[in-house]
Amino acid sequence: MDLTLKVWRQAGPDAEGRMQSYEAPGVSPEMSFLEMLDVVNERLEINGEEPIVFDHDCREGICGACSLMIDGVAHGPQAATTACQLHMRHFKDGDEVTIEPWRSAAFPVLKDLMVDRSAFDRIIQAGGYISINTGSAPDANEVLVPKVDADQAFEAAACIGCGACVAQCPNGAAQLFTSAKISHLGLVPQGQPERELRVISMVAQMEDEAFGSCTNHRECEAVCPKEISIDFIARMNRDYLKARTTSRSK
Amino acid sequence: MRLNAKVPSGPIEQKWDRHRFDLKLVNPANKRKFNIIMVGTGLAGGSAAATLAELGYNVKAFCFQDSPRRAHSIAAQGGINAAKNYQNDGDSVFRLFYDTVKGGDYRSREANVHRLAQVSVNIIDQCAAQGVPFAREYGGTLDNRSFGGAQVSRTFYSRGQTGQQLLLGAYQALERQIAAGKVTMYPRTEMLDVVLVDGRARGIVTRDLVTGEISSHAADAVVLATGGYSNVFFLSTNAMNCNATAIWRAHRRGAHFANPCFTQIHPTCIPVSGDYQSKLTLMSESLRNDGRIWVPKEKGDKRPANQIPEAERDYYLERKYPSFGNLVPRDVASRNAKDVCDEGRGVGPTGLGVYLDFSEAIGRLGKKAISERYGNLFEMYEKITGEDPYEVPMRIYPALHYTMGGLWVDYNLMTSIDGLYAIGEANFSDHGANRLGASALMQGLADGYFVLPYTIGDYLSQHMGEKITTDHEAFVATEAAVKERTEKLLATNGTRTVDSFHRELGKLMWDHCGMARNEAGLKSALEKIPALEEEFWRDVKVVGSSDGVNQSLEKAGRVADFFELARLMCYDALERSESCGGHFREESQTPEGEALRKDDEFSYVSAWGYNQDGEPQLTKEDLEFEYVKLTQRSYK
Repeated sequence: MDLTLKVWRQAGPDAEGRMQSYEAPGVSPEMSFLEMLDVVNERLEINGEEPIVFDHDCREGICGACSLMIDGVAHGPQAATTACQLHMRHFKDGDEVTIEPWRSAAFPVLKDLMVDRSAFDRIIQAGGYISINTGSAPDANEVLVPKVDADQAFEAAACIGCGACVAQCPNGAAQLFTSAKISHLGLVPQGQPERELRVISMVAQMEDEAFGSCTNHRECEAVCPKEISIDFIARMNRDYLKARTTSRSK
Repeated sequence: MRLNAKVPSGPIEQKWDRHRFDLKLVNPANKRKFNIIMVGTGLAGGSAAATLAELGYNVKAFCFQDSPRRAHSIAAQGGINAAKNYQNDGDSVFRLFYDTVKGGDYRSREANVHRLAQVSVNIIDQCAAQGVPFAREYGGTLDNRSFGGAQVSRTFYSRGQTGQQLLLGAYQALERQIAAGKVTMYPRTEMLDVVLVDGRARGIVTRDLVTGEISSHAADAVVLATGGYSNVFFLSTNAMNCNATAIWRAHRRGAHFANPCFTQIHPTCIPVSGDYQSKLTLMSESLRNDGRIWVPKEKGDKRPANQIPEAERDYYLERKYPSFGNLVPRDVASRNAKDVCDEGRGVGPTGLGVYLDFSEAIGRLGKKAISERYGNLFEMYEKITGEDPYEVPMRIYPALHYTMGGLWVDYNLMTSIDGLYAIGEANFSDHGANRLGASALMQGLADGYFVLPYTIGDYLSQHMGEKITTDHEAFVATEAAVKERTEKLLATNGTRTVDSFHRELGKLMWDHCGMARNEAGLKSALEKIPALEEEFWRDVKVVGSSDGVNQSLEKAGRVADFFELARLMCYDALERSESCGGHFREESQTPEGEALRKDDEFSYVSAWGYNQDGEPQLTKEDLEFEYVKLTQRSYK
């Protein structure tokens, strides 16, 4: 199939960007979306043009590096799928495909389709962990975890930190990302000692970054490649309210 | 040159404990006076950086990804082994040790492997305490499964995303130390050389992948945790940016490279679909627990799988290896898949594939049970191929997956350069000629959480107060060399893309140094690779500049190193004219076509020294087996 791509090109963080059109002829339906971009890039290079910069690494949908707005949808048209796992069989001959970076004040563009997502790391630094130094753990089976809790914690922990939730949210809010980690750690017994402090610190950091507020659009849940539920946002809000009103920790 | 592995004396079960007592300690108040550089922040590097910081050292950690959470450890699916014996099925530290040495086809160091098995139990404790959501029984205890050829259930897992969950545990521990100010993190930064002063590793030179700035960093010790080199084959299950530059640069500076030809081909990957293919996707081998592997009995049978009657299918692993069946080790499963495809019985559009069929398991256990075990893998398969594995059998084919070889290290995980350590997949230490399933995560975390943090103190304690700054002439010279190389890649301005060279190199390696190797093929590769390398330096086209983001420039530097490494791999494969583990020399096989080891000649680690002017220099570290009895592996 032959496609026309409209791609955001931006030379650097402070440069002005613009959409530019590229032809992508002879695309195979078996290609992944990123492989289609690889082919376009190799052609650009041969012609002496700078290839389109985009983040990618594992190409298995798990590292969370890829971050493309495809026709206005984070990771493109297929639900529960990262851009790297999206295959060209979901497009048809003659399609015009728009490719943009994540658009969010909290994720500034570095070049073309590559953005800076370090705000997510700083949210984790604020408390997205269990404080247990290496060597001080009890035997793993000494702390029993009900299967239902372990399973639910896993659902939250499956977040790959790609940032699609923020990119799709009209407010650029990071509630889904933040609540997923708070819920993962809050659902297991090992996470209880720091539960109150964690939710207060992580929410404070989230608010310090350039993310917006959650107004329940649910766009985040719709585009999340790991189908993380907004139930976790409700859970975070409950935890936050409880911690704010009853917390013994500052 | 002699290499001293520094294996402690005494009975094997006491070596590590004795050694830990013999290691010199760094006083708690002095730890903050030492700076340690950690290159790579996957399972090994992330866990080590966090643990060293907890101990009080100052750590500078570097990764090329935008966040340590994206290291390729994240893609490990199946699980992590530990000798907990929670299932009461006869597992023990000694059994895990024994299985690992045997699975590695007797080409690993007994003492290292025993230590690995010992600390495996601590890893599970640590990870559970971090909140890693392992699979649980209804009673709340940890669940286990049997994995990849093991006859006990010792594999802990988090659905098909164990690597992700363990990495996030280490990442969170690391972020905690970043917040505490004990680790300074340099994401999107690539190490391009190691700096030696008076023969000791004292720092690194890096390139900031966003600004393009080349800079130097000094330290008291340098640790490489940069993973394996499967991407020398272009197509592998590794992430696109995995590379060998850090370990190769260290090798060029004097670190010996051990067993480079020991590469692992994983039997269960999704087959190649076309020339544009950029990487291969692994389907966890846990699938082999319930899936049955088969091809048609007749050559060229192109009927759809469901139209081939039972009697006309060849479940070749079950037929040839009745006791292990579909669970034979990876190398055996891979070679057999290649054999049936070479016979013309392969399936799918390319004929390079075999079926992995779940219909029997779905009939026996129900679709729900299969979905609980493998749901995410089935979805992934369907996304990539457009086929539903609940309805039609998966098609799989072997692909490069892991490299057992790596920088030579002693028992302390120090390379042959003083003060330079290698941990995780970047070293060669524990897997011999073949790695067992669910052992990579175990080794990465063993090195990072429980081995390096002890052993590095012994070295540091002997170098108290030996400060150095990046003004030193060694840093200045190394930085200049790095810049020169970068500019050279940009200035060539030829006609071929980096990827086109990489693809061609990968094909050469797959054909001549892949699943089966022979003398003629390796010799021809040793002629073709330098020719291609010469063409690369003459005709590569890297567009753009060294200022700012330039992904082609990043790739070009990595591919340039892959050329040199590829040659070393072929030298090593040629020199080792036996078959062992993942290294199959066609000249050395049993009448039944199984790998034939030659213990009298080859019971050694091949540690290669770099030689700028000619052939690499081989140093042999003899392997002695006191506790494990050498047998020809048989999985019949």
